[in-house]
Amino acid sequence: MALSKDEVLTGLAEIVNEETDIDVAEVTLEKSFTDDLDIDSLSMMTIVTLAEEKFDVRIPDEKVKDLVTVGDAVDYIASA
Amino acid sequence: MNVVVTGLGTTSPLGGDVASTWEAALAGRSGVRTLENDWAEQYGVPVTFAGQLAVRPDEVLSRPETKRMDPSAQMAIVAAREAWADAGTPDVDSERLGSVVSSGIGGVWTLLTAWDTVKERGASRVLPLTVPMLMPNSPTAYVSLEFKARAGAHAPVSACASGAEAIGMGFEMIQSGRADVVICGGTEAAIHPLPISAFASMQALSKRNDDPAGASRPYDVSRDGFVLGEGAGVVVLESEEHAKARGARIYASVLGLGMTADAHHIAAPEPNGAGQTRAMELALERAGLTTADVAHVNAHATSTPVGDMIEARGIRSLLGSHADQVLLSATKSMTGHLLGGAGALESVFTIKALETRTAPPTINVTEPDPELEVDLVRDTPRALPEGQIAAINNSFGFGGHNVALVFGA
Repeated sequence: MALSKDEVLTGLAEIVNEETDIDVAEVTLEKSFTDDLDIDSLSMMTIVTLAEEKFDVRIPDEKVKDLVTVGDAVDYIASA
Repeated sequence: MNVVVTGLGTTSPLGGDVASTWEAALAGRSGVRTLENDWAEQYGVPVTFAGQLAVRPDEVLSRPETKRMDPSAQMAIVAAREAWADAGTPDVDSERLGSVVSSGIGGVWTLLTAWDTVKERGASRVLPLTVPMLMPNSPTAYVSLEFKARAGAHAPVSACASGAEAIGMGFEMIQSGRADVVICGGTEAAIHPLPISAFASMQALSKRNDDPAGASRPYDVSRDGFVLGEGAGVVVLESEEHAKARGARIYASVLGLGMTADAHHIAAPEPNGAGQTRAMELALERAGLTTADVAHVNAHATSTPVGDMIEARGIRSLLGSHADQVLLSATKSMTGHLLGGAGALESVFTIKALETRTAPPTINVTEPDPELEVDLVRDTPRALPEGQIAAINNSFGFGGHNVALVFGA
């Protein structure tokens, strides 16, 4: 069951909001997780783990470093 | 180097802060209630009540804070924030500020929930913050992080004496010159089916499922075990010099600390209480006091058939006939037993007793143990004398750990 990018973005923003209190409206495609959203590596790993479960996808550990922006993560999850 | 108390904080079964907790204690209210869960039906957990927090941490913390911290650390942070604000947010060099916040058991909810995750959903679903949440030094580490305490962050573990030992360690950090201010105390969040089952299995818990509020009854002839409680107590300790230089309000002084070990049995106290009595003796000696200076004792008294009287006989043997003038309070009758948080919450009670000259009551004592030869404060608070007085707070832990703290004001 493929999800649209909009659906993934909405779901991902909810996870980011739950973990960090960052407003869902702030979680936009061009934002960098570390530089713009100030998410540290452990929080990033938490978000990845929760996203894997929510979207029923597998995000390999070695792939996580390539997910620099929210858009990178949305693209990866939507095409997985 | 004199060490003083300048801030107090708690979240307990009686209230979400010191004011509400103290008010409830003076009113003789019980914080023990029937648990709203199905652990008895689902798992056969034999005890269906506990002293749960009056105010859940998620009512006062942000959502990310509750997700990143085990409940034990959440409670410690709630109490530490109150204590720090109560101390007037001291201006102190970060390298002269310490943190000593203990837990007896550690992040038991995190550990066991993560194991459920492994079994039910697989190892890949275990969250990356699991280790920093379950480690027993997590509460002190979060306190250190929040207040930038860089003189050292410690978490001495000694079961139900942990919170008192933490305050003792904070006292020694200041006395030895390692710190000017130390945030110290204890926390516990162990109301989970596994610890309840395990304590019940060793016959340590009261089984009064039909009378939760009456179950914790230290020194009563029908006491049948302790009642599990949860929560945290935190005190801000400070060198007297530092406190006076900033014009801080001083509640009391920490005058003495006595720590001994029974080396007798892994769980049972030494039957003659020699180790416990020696801890009290050492604490008074270090304080430079005599037994005549003691006006109040907040007992460890957990409401177990054996433990309560070992301690009471020790107090009597130490104080002799002066015990007739010492007001003895067993506040676990109202809060239940906070394990690693107990010694810290009871230090808060002891300090409040000195400040307000009021010894809190012991509830549920309908028929005192005939062997009790200390003046027990029952049902309603009683006045402590004016002038300089001292009070002892006892805490003992499985493993034979004995800690006595002496406060004065």
